[in-house]
Amino acid sequence: MINLEIPRKLKAVADMAHEIGASLFRPISRKYDRAEHEYPVELDALRSILSGMEDGGATVGAGSIARAEASGEKKIRNGKNMATVLNVIELCWGDLGLMLTIPGQGLGNAAMAAVATAEQKQRFAGKWAAMAITEPDAGSDSASIKTTARLEGDRWVLNGEKIFVTCGARADLIVVWASIDPSRGRAAIKSFVVPRDTPGLTVTRLDHKMGIRASDTAAISLVDCEIPRENLLGSEEINTRKGFAGVMQTFDNTRPSVAAMAIGVARAALERTRELLAAEGVRADYRRDPWESDARAAELYRMEAELEAARLLALKAAWMADNRMPNSTEASMAKAKAGRVGTEITLRCVELCGALGYGDDELLEKWARDAKICDIFEGTQQIQLLIIARRLLGKTSRELR
Amino acid sequence: MRRLSDSELAERTGLRTLANRLLYQGVRAGVSAGQQARSRFAAARELIPTERLARPEPPAAFDLTLTEEQALMRETLRRFALDTMRAAAPAADRGALDPDYLAQLSDLALETVAIPEALGGVAIERSPVANVLIAEDLAYGDMGLALAALAPLGLIHALSEFATREQMSRYLPAFTGDAHVDAALALHEPHARFDAHRLATVAVRDGVGYRLRGAKCLVPLVERAELFGVFAELAGEGPRLFLVEAEAPGLRRVAGGHMGLGAAGLGRLELEGVHVDASALVGGSSDGDTPAYDHARAIDLARLGLCALALGTAQAVLDHVTRYCNDRVAFGEPVSHRQAVAFAIADIAIELEGMRLLTYRAASRAERGDSFHREAALARIQCAEKGMQIGSQGVQLLGGHGFVCEHPVERWYRQLRAIAVLEGALLV
Repeated sequence: MINLEIPRKLKAVADMAHEIGASLFRPISRKYDRAEHEYPVELDALRSILSGMEDGGATVGAGSIARAEASGEKKIRNGKNMATVLNVIELCWGDLGLMLTIPGQGLGNAAMAAVATAEQKQRFAGKWAAMAITEPDAGSDSASIKTTARLEGDRWVLNGEKIFVTCGARADLIVVWASIDPSRGRAAIKSFVVPRDTPGLTVTRLDHKMGIRASDTAAISLVDCEIPRENLLGSEEINTRKGFAGVMQTFDNTRPSVAAMAIGVARAALERTRELLAAEGVRADYRRDPWESDARAAELYRMEAELEAARLLALKAAWMADNRMPNSTEASMAKAKAGRVGTEITLRCVELCGALGYGDDELLEKWARDAKICDIFEGTQQIQLLIIARRLLGKTSRELR
Repeated sequence: MRRLSDSELAERTGLRTLANRLLYQGVRAGVSAGQQARSRFAAARELIPTERLARPEPPAAFDLTLTEEQALMRETLRRFALDTMRAAAPAADRGALDPDYLAQLSDLALETVAIPEALGGVAIERSPVANVLIAEDLAYGDMGLALAALAPLGLIHALSEFATREQMSRYLPAFTGDAHVDAALALHEPHARFDAHRLATVAVRDGVGYRLRGAKCLVPLVERAELFGVFAELAGEGPRLFLVEAEAPGLRRVAGGHMGLGAAGLGRLELEGVHVDASALVGGSSDGDTPAYDHARAIDLARLGLCALALGTAQAVLDHVTRYCNDRVAFGEPVSHRQAVAFAIADIAIELEGMRLLTYRAASRAERGDSFHREAALARIQCAEKGMQIGSQGVQLLGGHGFVCEHPVERWYRQLRAIAVLEGALLV
């Protein structure tokens, strides 16, 4: 039966996440925007808070996303996927960069949660895992990565170069995508858990970025980097029918969370803009039609409508995941919509607030810099549109390129 | 006009489920008392229902699953939309309504779904969500025909919300009788900065009742309706809803031409000192359990009706361009193999789903009795803006073929422009 309200139980957990965003992230938001590459030590306190929340059934951060467990029940569930979307919105309302660098909550954790064996999960429990996919010459086209893994005895030997590794210098583990047979194409791409202190693994550079500066983005070089054979995630077998789909599966679960990131940042900007404009006598309380309102109020209404549409799309995708419905299209819709409106809204908020928006006394300019990444990482806007269009039109990746 | 028997109709259109539920229960046979009188809407005190329509029990979880009944209804109406409405739409858009279509529509007995059992209908609950789904599904066939089909329901829902039990028992039974009765709400007024909350049409007390003066426009079924719900400013009290029968002295009805929605029979109502009895004021002489008339709620419920129409028509656009762009070959391959085309279609799907979720959320809040003014406003903003974008892309993606009337996309383009304009016609 149609109902798009958040159940009380999840709302209570999201309220806790909001509290973290408000009292832990916001006060240090500008500090780590300026002190790029400095580790936010204040976040160490989060480790215990978050494990407490997770014990209570909640999930926080990108790392917990893929952990929705199977359930035989027919009853409609509002589970971990939805809780994660709601929590990520609140944390990113606090600060997106800080949220991305919460200890122990990396994207590599999400990948392991999705595909690791029980033994691997136990062996890597409590570790912070980053994810290394992109290479200097392979971004969206992740099937064309050149990093290789060669089996020598009972060890994998990795060679290659990775860029854009979020938390690459801070995480304990790095989940590295590499080909076990470059002649066999995408099916030969596997992911490997590489401890960061493995000899041969070097963090060669930390990027300076437009936004999310609190989160470190590393370049990593792998030279004859040896790891145990059991550190491969998934199967060693090269299955040309479903091999690559396996590693890509992680993203079906994480895309609604990336949408949630954009939604959180955009909501922060919209709320602050509303406050600043209210001080100037602009009322946007739905008492009047947009056309009978101040132009700024009308724009606030329009942006709120865009944001709410994005939020509901993300919740729908999460709801489908919680109820074991295939949601690849819906996940991409949520990310595409949230990614673009997140950027549009935060940029417009800067414009609406004029000098206050553009200056660094306010966080508006920072949010406009932060938001842009949500329309890029884990599949750009254009990649999402490709995924959606192929589904709608029934096209293969060969037909619709 | 040849009326098909119920069983013939069910056979021909495959409307078995709805037919079973609505027609074979004999709901149409129910009431005929009103038809003997001078007015269809003669007082019928013995029919006063003991209870108002209940609210469905709100679920605890976020959920987008239709109830079994909603799914059944959807299946039936979608088939009616595709098989029957699509065929009737082109002529109807030019004002030529196929009598056969009207007969089939009439046999659907949509009104009974909104009228309590005690008054001859089959309704148990008052469900804006179900009403949104119905409007969406019919607009998937054709928005003009959907508006025509649902205009009487707009008035019926307004009565379910705000009328006294006497008013309901006087006016509602006529809609479940053998002959189809048309009716419509009249809110919009003919000036450029129309504001639904500041009406120029006024009602003044004249001793035994009220006298109405003003002009209404964009009124559906203006020539066919037998009963109008006219929104007017009651001096000193704010906007109110009055029931005005078509034959009332001083009421002039003028059909008009519009950019689209020819099938809806839109036109003007001119009220030149129309007198109505005191009982014509909806909710007027409260019988204790009648909620006070809430104009903002009425306007918001009507906005959701418009949003629902946008959903159906936008879905029609999406399905049409998906097929067309897969079939149409240019430069040696289907045009859908080009990102410029494929991405435009993906965007339609994304925005449509956003519109849909916003509309459903507002409707479900309205249904459970929560405030939904903000949610309805947001839904309307997206449906007006994105709906029109979708309409425009629908034509664009077909190129020159989209501009000629051989394809329905030009009609949908003209119809979707109305979403931002029409007010008050389709209260859910």
